[in-house]
Amino acid sequence: MPSIAKPIATHPSLQRNELGLTIRDYEGAMSTLCAGCGHDSITAALVRALWEISVQPHMIAKLSGIGCSSKTPTYFVNGAHGFNSAHGRMPPIATGANAANRELIYIGISGDGDSLSIGLGHMCHAIRRNVKLVYVIENNGVYGLTKGQFSASADIGTKSKKGEKNRMAPIDPVMLGLSLGATFIARSFSGDKDQLVPILKAAIAHRGFALLDVISPCVTFNDHDGSTKSYLYTRQHELKAIEADFVPPASEILAHIGKNGAVSVTMHDGSAILFKGVPANYDPTDREKVIAYLEEHQGKGEVVTGLLYVDESVPDMHEMNHSPDVPLIRVPYQKLCPGSAVLDKLQEDFR
Amino acid sequence: MQPTDVRNPNYYHKVVDCQWACPAHTNVPEYIRLIAQGRYTDAYMLNRESNVFPSILGRTCDRPCEPACRRGRLDGKPVAICRLKRVAADLRGEIKDRLPKIPAKKNGKRVACIGGGPASLTVANDLMPLGYEVVMFEKYDKPGGLMRTNIPAFRLPSEVLYDEIGQILDMGVDIRYNSPIESMKALLAEGFDAIFVGTGAPRGKELDLPGRHDTNRIHIGIDWLESIAFGHTDSIGEKVLIIGVGNTAMDCCRSSCRLGGNSIKVMARRPRGFFKASPWELEDAEEEGVEIIVNHAPKRFVIENGKLTGMEFERLEWDAKAKNSKTIDTIFFPADDVILAIGQENSFPWIERDIGIEFDKWDMPVVDEKTMQCTRDGIFFGGDAAWGPKNIIWAAEHGHQAAISIHNYCNGTPVTERLPQGANLISTKMGISEWSYHNDYNPAQRQKMRHVDLTRRFKQMNIEVELGFDIEQTAREVQRCLNCDIETDFTAARCIECDACIDVCPVQCLTIARNGEEDDLRKRLSAPAINLTQDLYVSSLLPQTGRIMAKDEDVCVHCGLCAERCPTAAWDMQKFELLIPYAGRPVNTESCVPV
Repeated sequence: MPSIAKPIATHPSLQRNELGLTIRDYEGAMSTLCAGCGHDSITAALVRALWEISVQPHMIAKLSGIGCSSKTPTYFVNGAHGFNSAHGRMPPIATGANAANRELIYIGISGDGDSLSIGLGHMCHAIRRNVKLVYVIENNGVYGLTKGQFSASADIGTKSKKGEKNRMAPIDPVMLGLSLGATFIARSFSGDKDQLVPILKAAIAHRGFALLDVISPCVTFNDHDGSTKSYLYTRQHELKAIEADFVPPASEILAHIGKNGAVSVTMHDGSAILFKGVPANYDPTDREKVIAYLEEHQGKGEVVTGLLYVDESVPDMHEMNHSPDVPLIRVPYQKLCPGSAVLDKLQEDFR
Repeated sequence: MQPTDVRNPNYYHKVVDCQWACPAHTNVPEYIRLIAQGRYTDAYMLNRESNVFPSILGRTCDRPCEPACRRGRLDGKPVAICRLKRVAADLRGEIKDRLPKIPAKKNGKRVACIGGGPASLTVANDLMPLGYEVVMFEKYDKPGGLMRTNIPAFRLPSEVLYDEIGQILDMGVDIRYNSPIESMKALLAEGFDAIFVGTGAPRGKELDLPGRHDTNRIHIGIDWLESIAFGHTDSIGEKVLIIGVGNTAMDCCRSSCRLGGNSIKVMARRPRGFFKASPWELEDAEEEGVEIIVNHAPKRFVIENGKLTGMEFERLEWDAKAKNSKTIDTIFFPADDVILAIGQENSFPWIERDIGIEFDKWDMPVVDEKTMQCTRDGIFFGGDAAWGPKNIIWAAEHGHQAAISIHNYCNGTPVTERLPQGANLISTKMGISEWSYHNDYNPAQRQKMRHVDLTRRFKQMNIEVELGFDIEQTAREVQRCLNCDIETDFTAARCIECDACIDVCPVQCLTIARNGEEDDLRKRLSAPAINLTQDLYVSSLLPQTGRIMAKDEDVCVHCGLCAERCPTAAWDMQKFELLIPYAGRPVNTESCVPV
């Protein structure tokens, strides 16, 4: 880990956002991940995205499980709430937290091990419930903390650091999300913040569960020749299918559309995602076309990136459950738990 | 842009803003580190190598390094470089055995130095160890030139002055006191192998206004300071007007405070911000109760019954840039004494104009900027004598360059043959996240100099006002230095473009981008380029994407986090050492600091 804390010195032109905060106010502790880890770049993208949309730090909840990826929440927004759960259990914890307080912005950080192996079931159900949660999978294809075994996202034929080939089929979180009815699906690359930052901002604005599969090379165990999750391989095989811009609610969305002649999807909070450079026969709101496009290109070994699919029409967990607009934590205790007499009466009704 | 060539010593040298700004290129960060380690003697010797007079300069330097200091661009106040130099000088141990050895057997060459000021002394300092016989002609009975006669003792105590002059004279310089040179022709006839003219700019400028010569209470600033230094003057009237607002004016007004003046006004033609005096000298004068009156142009001296009663001034109104003015009215200021401190001039009545030394239209000798040689071979100029009033640190640098020329000249090498500067780059990496320098950024504020209290300091002319930094102040101030000589050295071939360095940089000085012309590239940086005087480093093409790594040198704090977070050691923190050639020492590869 670095020998010193990041100096408090800043560039003289350092800007402030609408809240009067600088980007430095959205940083966390110094990273103890390996130097050059993709996860740290994702952290930097999160810091930038949260600063740019002027989120109040205390209105953010950061959640994670176990693994290299799950250390990430420590490294951004010191002033936010945080919960580091048991391995793979971040989705149910996030679901519970969101059930209790729907006002916070939930950012769950997970990895390919945490999400696609031990926590796969939990992730699937959080997707089904459409919990309003930004769910980032920092996907490097290996178990870094246990010295580089293949993870469930390792491609067939990819090589370990020692040269051994993987034979098991990978779980592709994007295809999995599409099959489970996820309502916001994106893939990006830690080495491309120009793409990742707008996707993160759109994910925060999304009505429900936002699944982000971010290729995040492991410099220590999976950045060699023969790996399909290295910096070089990702750069050589990346296909930026969709270019998307996030347009905050206050902005004049129509003006943007008029200029670019692009497709726009209005988000639940009044913001918009502006799709430019969408390929022919591709519609980011049409699940079948997205699946067809991904199968065609991923079959050729391409890593398709961009904000791949959005559906703003599906209600989130609270809407499905008709929970009150007021967060449950602010509902008086007597009302939430009316006592044994009321329970007895309720049970009496079922006898 | 073309990839930056960091093998050219100038590139990294320029990053070390203080060293680049110093005429003598003193290795400031290195000596500050030595002070931090308590190695005061080593710090002193490192200073002495380039600037020859660390104790004197630690009190009186014009400090071109400080306005240049990168720290000033980060928190508004530069490192107190000059004060730290004084700490090294005050706390140093014995250095006799570390001064250059003087060969017993001389090389048979005789060099004359005219004047015993800093330029001549530097020439002697550089030539004596090479076996030269140096004869120094001093017009007064003591050495030091303007350092002694024009800098009051409350700023520069005489024991400090004589100690450092003694280091050089004790090398065996044949100094001849009370020996003004009256004729260059006569000196030439004495058969010296080379002659160095370091006679300073000894004539104060006149202000020929009505009444100037009708009283003996109008003084020329530098002459008046000189007469104090010699003990000829020990009092002044109560009401004193100083005309001019340069550093000499500051010395005059502060000296007046000590000699009986109690209403002392410095009269400036132009508004604040356009003064020649260094800000800290102005500050010190105002602390002593001196009033600075702006926008007043002298009109005439008022003499009544043969006695000076004061001066009339025109009150001016200036435009925003203080270029043009108009007169508002005329105003009278009473005065017992007036001191003129409006500049200095050179004067060479003793150089015959028919011996091949050309003079220009301002009656200044024509001197080559690199070689310090005038139009007659074998005669060299330096210090204020060369191009008019500068300062001590320039005089030292002129002395070094003149010594190289003299050594060349005496050995039959063309004086134009200058040996190049060199540079050493050594990695400071000791292990993972371990460096051989202290890379943490210390947010300490610039330390304030402590002064002797006002009543006590006015009692005597020679009470040094500045007390120097104490140990705690020194410990805090050294940590403010950013170690700009520990350079961020980049190897493009190793970069995997993981962005780790860009993400961690606290001052957003790094960018990976498509290459372009400088103007275009500067617009696409992580943080806007707000200081175009600072270079933009550009790497060769990065292997994976063909983009380039760019670094805006402006506010890099040299914390080394880019190198700590680099997985491939594409970034390294390398200590840059500028190797400066001196007379007889082509490029000094043996550092004077023992490892």
